[in-house]
Amino acid sequence: MKYFLRKTLVLVLTIFSISLLTFFAFHIIPGDPASLILGTNATEEQVAALQEQLGTNRPLSEQYISWITGFVRGDFGSSIRYRMPVSELLKGRLPVTLSLGLIALVMILAAGIPLGILAARWRGKPGEKILNILTMLGISVPNFFLCILIMWIFGLILHLFTPGDYVSYTRSLPRFLQSLFWPALSIAIPQTAILVKYIRTAMLEELGEDYVRTARGKGAGETWILYGHVLKNAIVAVVPLIGMILASVLSGSIIIEQVYGIPGMGKLLIGAVTSRDFPLTQTLVIYITVIIVVTNFLVDIVIQVIDPRIRLSGRS
Amino acid sequence: MKDGRKELRIGLVLTGIVLALTILSIFYTPYHYNQMDKAARFLAPSLRHLFGTDSYGRDIFSRTIYGGRYTLLVAVSTVASCTVIASVLGLISGYVGGIVDEIIMRIIDAISSFPDLLIALIVVTVLNLGQLTIVAALCITFVPSFTRIVRTATLQYKSAEFVKNLRVFGVSDLRILLVHIFPNTFPLLLSTIVIGLSNAILAEAAMSYLGLGIQPPIPSWGRMLQEAQTIVYTAPWAAICPGAMIVVTIAGLNWIGEGLRKLYL
Repeated sequence: MKYFLRKTLVLVLTIFSISLLTFFAFHIIPGDPASLILGTNATEEQVAALQEQLGTNRPLSEQYISWITGFVRGDFGSSIRYRMPVSELLKGRLPVTLSLGLIALVMILAAGIPLGILAARWRGKPGEKILNILTMLGISVPNFFLCILIMWIFGLILHLFTPGDYVSYTRSLPRFLQSLFWPALSIAIPQTAILVKYIRTAMLEELGEDYVRTARGKGAGETWILYGHVLKNAIVAVVPLIGMILASVLSGSIIIEQVYGIPGMGKLLIGAVTSRDFPLTQTLVIYITVIIVVTNFLVDIVIQVIDPRIRLSGRS
Repeated sequence: MKDGRKELRIGLVLTGIVLALTILSIFYTPYHYNQMDKAARFLAPSLRHLFGTDSYGRDIFSRTIYGGRYTLLVAVSTVASCTVIASVLGLISGYVGGIVDEIIMRIIDAISSFPDLLIALIVVTVLNLGQLTIVAALCITFVPSFTRIVRTATLQYKSAEFVKNLRVFGVSDLRILLVHIFPNTFPLLLSTIVIGLSNAILAEAAMSYLGLGIQPPIPSWGRMLQEAQTIVYTAPWAAICPGAMIVVTIAGLNWIGEGLRKLYL
């Protein structure tokens, strides 16, 4: 319980500092949003009036407080580019990005864990070398390049799908998920390679532990040692990675949405960045970061439940 | 023990190829990187155009080897500036300790709770797009991990016997820090720097792909991939060539980093 409370406190403080950092990052810059919205040929009175309306002429601390209270209530301000409330723009975007991320995450775990075990079992065999080269390739391929290759080979040559063919989840859920399959695969492959590497290392480390020697001494078979003892401990070592993987998956989806033209938060974000739409960028950044921080928090809680050593030794 | 050498060798060969091509491009490229030729659009790889041409009839090989230098330059300046900033922060944080350490580390923690790409995007939004913006953007994303490594190494040596002896001899804190502790962080920093370079190249390519990195007309690998995407059916080589360059560079650096880690740690 004490562990849980401490973690919650850290979570709240982290979210607070995220909001603070983001806010000040967007407000220390030269250049004033009002003149940005109105363009170069606005009169000084117009700019002053809009400053009043946006509140940018008040002290920073006051602006922060009114901004954060608005944020908590779901009022994220107005987009400069689209001239409409940010909350309106966000509607329907979150499920798209989250589904894309979730499908990718499932792929990563479903492929990464068995392959990682295989890599550990193949230690010293010729298969290990091939797998090593494959993981290194997987880690080194940028996801957008992979995406282009997938589009070219599976989409244009083999005609397995039509690139850019996106079906909204409001129209047809199965076809929506289907249209996310290939984009998710492009995100998943590099991350799977990373996971395979980690699991392999974790399993090899566990194999050197005393309890493995004891189990061998008591006559346990290699298969039982691997799946009955080592795997369990190796998985515990890998669970903390899920937070990290999720962060990469969401970053990946920001880029991949751009490639496939999927109308999620990533596509909105890149559009906001290119048009320097501060309120929209700010909100999206906080949104995505908070999702990751909260997931990390949940992962910490889960690890603590499955592995009491963490709670007892007090390390985080 | 013997492990690591093999990885190091593979890595050096791969990185060497990329470096050699990049250096070659300073003195010689078969065509000018921006030379357009209406008669030579979408040409497949041949002896005249080693990696074919794109939709403007520009030579892909020339563009690829020419574009390497900016990507590499951005990566090197990012990692160099980041190493300097992180060394200062990490040394101070680890050596001074107390409230200073607490403040620096909490800020570092807060920054690293953002995904790297988002930090880079924030910086690019806030500062105007310029050639230096991308360096600043990537530098901030790498500072947290570098700082933590320098800090850990500093803490380790702060309580070492030889540092205590130096203090007895009346050596000043600044001298202990710069002359005696800082060089000891190098082995740890070295593999981090190499991995940092590979991450910086990946990140730069991603930002250029999104149109937020190196600006045209200068070719960069990420940008070339973005342009090649729409013509991938007619001219797949336009995508494969710069993409393969990225993969070779990243794999090379990762192998070097892994080799160094196995050799020194």
